[in-house]
Amino acid sequence: MSADTTTSVPQAGTAPRRRGGNGPFRVWLWLPPLLVLGAVIAVWFAVSASLGSRSFILPTPDRILGVFLREDTRNEIFAGMGVTIQTMLAGLLAASVIGIVWAIAMSQAKWIERSTYPYAVILQSIPILAITPIIAFWAPDGFTARTIVCVLIALFPMVSNTYFGLQSVDRSHRELFKLQKATRWIVLTKLQLPAAQPAIFAGLRISAGLAVVGAVVGDFFFQQGVIGIGALLRKYQARLQMEELFAGVLLASLFGVAVFLIFGLIARLAVGKWYDFG
Amino acid sequence: MTAPSTAPTDTTTLLDFRNVEMTFPNGTVALRGVDLTVKRGEFVTVVGPSGCGKSTLLRIASGLESASDGTATLATNRIGYVFQDATLLPWRTVLANVELLAELQWMTIAERRAKALKAIELVGLSGFEKNLPRQLSGGMRMRTSLARSLTLDPELFLFDEPFGALDEITRERLNDELLKLFAEQQFAGLFITHSVSEAVYLSTKVVVMSGRPGSIVDTFDVPFPMPRDPDIRFTPEFGELVGQVSHALREGHS
Repeated sequence: MSADTTTSVPQAGTAPRRRGGNGPFRVWLWLPPLLVLGAVIAVWFAVSASLGSRSFILPTPDRILGVFLREDTRNEIFAGMGVTIQTMLAGLLAASVIGIVWAIAMSQAKWIERSTYPYAVILQSIPILAITPIIAFWAPDGFTARTIVCVLIALFPMVSNTYFGLQSVDRSHRELFKLQKATRWIVLTKLQLPAAQPAIFAGLRISAGLAVVGAVVGDFFFQQGVIGIGALLRKYQARLQMEELFAGVLLASLFGVAVFLIFGLIARLAVGKWYDFG
Repeated sequence: MTAPSTAPTDTTTLLDFRNVEMTFPNGTVALRGVDLTVKRGEFVTVVGPSGCGKSTLLRIASGLESASDGTATLATNRIGYVFQDATLLPWRTVLANVELLAELQWMTIAERRAKALKAIELVGLSGFEKNLPRQLSGGMRMRTSLARSLTLDPELFLFDEPFGALDEITRERLNDELLKLFAEQQFAGLFITHSVSEAVYLSTKVVVMSGRPGSIVDTFDVPFPMPRDPDIRFTPEFGELVGQVSHALREGHS
């Protein structure tokens, strides 16, 4: 992550450090955000205490964590999270396949790019909440509906990044292949797709983050079948179960962060050997 | 035309340009009335000011572009082309990069592996097979690029200012190694450069081009025997020839 360069604290008399730092100075990478976290928790306790009899609207962090210690609520929230993760993975997989195939088609024929790319852009600008009623009406079941929401929200970065990556091949590399009379298929598989990998993995990371949003939003709207975390949150909200609500939000947020880190790691493992993500 | 001093018996013409013209769609005339031949055993270098169409000449020779008038005949399909930069694929190791062209020619894995390893040895990169291009210096990348072309056993090698971006010392070393390869591998060469001393040192024949539109203003045969002693660069004869070529270059430019 690029954040680690911004948390460095200037040290008198030390040479400019490389990103990440080393030795005892590493502490400056994780200490400041931890201090902020500590401060936020302290303020949280203070505000909650000051609310007196109305403190249920902002339960203290220990009570929120307590939700995970009670077996019934823990199981309920984890099961909901499991459903959401399934939706998110299904949506991300579908968005990746559709996005990559679409981008390849556009890279192979200009007319496909001309006639379909504007719709990818339009897709991106559709307010997803506005079309969920239509999806709800058409989809055969809740899971399909939620997955469609996920795909709609996560598709664009896959399409645009893959297409950009496929088109980014150097002219001299193309000529190198042209001199050997390489076919389109060979150019695609041995030159364009490998060259597009960094862009594809960057797109996958963005799409994964969006797929999390899509899955939670999808849950929120489609309550049929096994319910996900989004639907649980709605339930807790309706019943004023604030501790459970906060616990659900916390878990969903941690999942979002985990997805961001995991897909960053995947990208680095896949192409980090030869490509530097900025 | 006098034969070079180490002329092999076979002097087939590999590349024949007759009255080649190149006009780009935007109206720019890049080449005008170019006559040029490259025979087996020859190493021809084209020098000229920047933007005179030297690279266009090479692109026509390789078939990347076709002349708008005149004829360009290539008598072999075994050509090597070395670009201005090394054009290595960053995700492939040195070995996989060197294997690339053979792979695109559908050689078997065993065949291309053997050819690649031999080529890597020829350019002195043994031991670096598993390195990625980013771990190599500019000179080593260019050697990898040379090795890649060598796997095709080219009869005609086309070089588009390949050492232009390298430092002086690396450049001179690569010049020496190129001459060694030329002697061992028996390919003919067409080399583009803007360095007069590089041109004279490498070639059996130096062709001087004028500024745009590019046309040939003079041709010099280089009499020094192959293989060349690097110290030849410090002899008065060498200096004299460099002076003559430079003079022709200036005349053509004005």
